[in-house]
Amino acid sequence: MTAAFSFARFLAVLVKEFIQMRRDRVTFAMMIGVPILQLTIFGYAINTDPKHLPTLVESNDDGPITRALLAALENSAYFDFRGTVAGEAEASRALRSGEAIFVVVVPPRFERDLVRGERPAILLSADASDPTATGGAIAALSGIVDGALAASLTGPLQGLAARPPAFQILVHRHYNPAGVTSFNIVPGLLGTILSMTMVMITAIAIVREAERGTMETLIATPVRPAEVMLGKILPYVLVGYVQTSVFLALALTAFGVPFAGSAAAFLVGLNLFIVANLALGFLFSTVARNQMQAMQMSFFYMLPAILLSGFLFPFSGMPGWARAIGIAIPNTHFIRIVREVMLKGAGLSDILPELGALAAIVVVITALAMLRYRQTLD
Amino acid sequence: MSGRAAENGQPVIQVTGLTKRFGDKTVVDGFDMTVPKGAIYGFLGPNGSGKTTTIRMMCGLLTPDAGDGHCLGYDILTESRRIKERVGYMTQRFSLYEDLSIRENLDFMARMYRLDRRRQRVGQALEELGLADRAGQLAGTLSGGWKQRLALAACLLHEPALLLLDEPTAGVDPKARRDFWDEIRGLSDRGVTVLVSTHYMDEAVQCDFIAYIAYGTKLIDAPAAAIPRQVGLATWKVEGPGLAELARTLAGAPGVEQIARFGAELHVSGTDAAALGATAQARAAAGPQRWTRQESGLEEVFIHLMAQSRDNFARDNAAPDGGAAGRRA
Repeated sequence: MTAAFSFARFLAVLVKEFIQMRRDRVTFAMMIGVPILQLTIFGYAINTDPKHLPTLVESNDDGPITRALLAALENSAYFDFRGTVAGEAEASRALRSGEAIFVVVVPPRFERDLVRGERPAILLSADASDPTATGGAIAALSGIVDGALAASLTGPLQGLAARPPAFQILVHRHYNPAGVTSFNIVPGLLGTILSMTMVMITAIAIVREAERGTMETLIATPVRPAEVMLGKILPYVLVGYVQTSVFLALALTAFGVPFAGSAAAFLVGLNLFIVANLALGFLFSTVARNQMQAMQMSFFYMLPAILLSGFLFPFSGMPGWARAIGIAIPNTHFIRIVREVMLKGAGLSDILPELGALAAIVVVITALAMLRYRQTLD
Repeated sequence: MSGRAAENGQPVIQVTGLTKRFGDKTVVDGFDMTVPKGAIYGFLGPNGSGKTTTIRMMCGLLTPDAGDGHCLGYDILTESRRIKERVGYMTQRFSLYEDLSIRENLDFMARMYRLDRRRQRVGQALEELGLADRAGQLAGTLSGGWKQRLALAACLLHEPALLLLDEPTAGVDPKARRDFWDEIRGLSDRGVTVLVSTHYMDEAVQCDFIAYIAYGTKLIDAPAAAIPRQVGLATWKVEGPGLAELARTLAGAPGVEQIARFGAELHVSGTDAAALGATAQARAAAGPQRWTRQESGLEEVFIHLMAQSRDNFARDNAAPDGGAAGRRA
């Protein structure tokens, strides 16, 4: 009897597949690595109720109640006091540059007004361009303050505590007052889309040469590594421009995302970011031995680029080690640049720190890629 | 112009002690070679014997782990860029861009060598190829023979002084192979030096010099005509009826190492001429066939060499230290 399905043949195929899987180390590492990475990121790094958000204080009153109030804010773990500011201009610059997410302003004569029962206001200026980052802290705010005051308003002041609120908290949401999530997601998406195509296309384009054997002809000619690298990269810079144009047109019209800042600042950031991605793709191509591996490496990179860059989840909510990884990823800086320029109206001088970080990443990646690129077949 | 080498009469290639290791496997071991200008130098040996690796080291595609030498008067270790400008290298596998048209491929190569009069050179190459009317066709759609001709045209665009051809005729039909060799001969007559690796006996015969390598070690290096004497193989030609039957009974007879059928003849060879002679005389006396002593041809010699290196492979597979033993043998 000849059965249609041969168990022996099936077993032979199965064994062969396992052997091949074991031989392809990169794929194997990727299969093990991706779930570990995902689990780590989702389990530990991502936090939609971020705490320890950088906060600056402008305190115009130095009484015991103010101090108790500020101490309570800090003890809540939502607010991490990084220093003080003097005046509104300094406060708004800190918010725009991303130095702080919150600025707490205690008005002059706060305590006197409080005792008089005039219900003075504490101003909390928040960078609401990422609603997820600020939402939890703002929601927790009134509870924290009430608790702090209940402890302070004792003795002769007990009367104030009895009546509902002895003061008010004014929350100013800057940059994205309505808390529209798409305002935050859409600019961030530009970085993700550019990375996906730029890194992958470059990596594959170069590995294809090696895989098809054309690299042998190429390097048998007197061509220099820089010529190959630039010649391969520049066409994709153009692709990046086209993608960005299409994306911006859609973001501005369909999503109604504002573009508040300087176009020059945006362009400088965009170019630097595209170069960083292409250099990264080139680096991958010098490691990968075939197109499949190049593809896998690109995907492997995209995971932290999406999850740890502050694109989907608040950067400030991540633990230190995850932020350290995020800092090294070009997307982190580009997403900040795009948000600062589009939503916060930043100019070139506001984004200098992010541009500096991007430039440093480009230098490191390019140096690595040039070192790895071989002019021989060794 | 033909470079520094030609001016002072130096050999085009002169390498000594070339060694290449991949991991712990020595692919080429202490390779010496001298190629005079204008020669056609044949590179023979079984698969995996290190022919391609040696060729790649000579044109700077691979860095030798040991050894040094000159190619076209330039140091192969430090001046590989200069060498690349003057060498035409044709890879074993078609390695032009299949997704580029014929003209685009030639254009690309012309640009890589920064050639002047590019349009004219490419046009002329297309004319000579006989592909002028198909210049827009994608290179990937060409048949094996045409791909090979295109590859040769591409590596001749910059008028190289040295051609390195790595099994250029693999998978090409006999007619195309003959045309190809006519062209190689023509180039050689014009002073171009050619180093060509091949599997085919009829191509080996076309070469002025032959180097035979197995296991990364050169076993023989001599003018083609001198090789049979150097190997010291004695051969008897057998004619007459019942050759197939005779071949069966001869296997394992004293002195008989190799029995090869050539049309209506049997060529019986062995390195022990005396033992083989005794067997031949005994059989000639007994059987209906006619036995004649003759000079060993290149064919017999290469079959003999190939058989020897297959033994090497077998020994290598059987024992971990077999490779070293094989090389010493």
